[in-house]
Amino acid sequence: MNGSLVVDVLFWCFAAASVVTGYLVFRTDSMVRAAFWLLASFVGVGAILVLLAAEFLGVVLILMMAGKMLIMAVVMVMFMMNPAGLNPMFMVHQHRFAVAAGVVSFAGLSVVALTVDFPDDPVDPSIDATAELGFELLGDSMLVFQTAGVALLATMVGAIALASRDGRFGVADEGSLEPMLEIEELESP
Amino acid sequence: MTLEALLVVAAALFAVGLYGAISQQSFVMLMMGLELMINGALLALIAFWALSAAGNPQGQMLAIVFMTVMAIEMALGFALITNVYRVRRADITEKLRKLKG
Repeated sequence: MNGSLVVDVLFWCFAAASVVTGYLVFRTDSMVRAAFWLLASFVGVGAILVLLAAEFLGVVLILMMAGKMLIMAVVMVMFMMNPAGLNPMFMVHQHRFAVAAGVVSFAGLSVVALTVDFPDDPVDPSIDATAELGFELLGDSMLVFQTAGVALLATMVGAIALASRDGRFGVADEGSLEPMLEIEELESP
Repeated sequence: MTLEALLVVAAALFAVGLYGAISQQSFVMLMMGLELMINGALLALIAFWALSAAGNPQGQMLAIVFMTVMAIEMALGFALITNVYRVRRADITEKLRKLKG
């Protein structure tokens, strides 16, 4: 029993789980459940990252997505009709085109992945990837790191400006009505 | 766990996300599709970092930038959904026929 076989089995389990749960996101009736399926997909990818020696990034991905999907579930309950999945929900448009686009992109990317000869240069198992990332973050890539921080700050300012109660699009309280369940015509020209 | 297998899994995640982003009517489901696409890209990036780039720390740095993009997309997406709902009572894409507020 060697370690690489265990890693392989774990990898295929996590890979299958992340793809299947990613598909179930668009097949479940409940939008809250869809958020949690998406979280499961991210947990699968995070586990694969841990297997690939990027422990820090894998765990950060899982933590970040756990918080984000909870916010997403709350937003679903606030805005969407039928959040509990009591009625069947299959709200799609241009379905055939979407399926074709998905299949074509998968086939194209797989052909590239399987035919191109990428350099075989695996990560040295003796290095401490997390420590290296730390030195990179606060060393050579400090400017990139700071730019990401400033971009997040600008995002916070922008999101608050867009969504605040007395924002430029009127008072927020007027939006607290139930969503209408049918698609109504907007105004006639 | 070869590079090819990892890239095929990443391609599958990207394809499922693309299907969702194109086909879903609800804004939030559409954003979930976008998240899945970034998820696949992140997996491919770390696969290259670990198996094809000798663990160059700049690869992990790029992954941090990906995660920042995810957070920005999510935050601004929710702010825009809040606004569109407030102004148009729209929660699906079909209700938006024009961009002007």
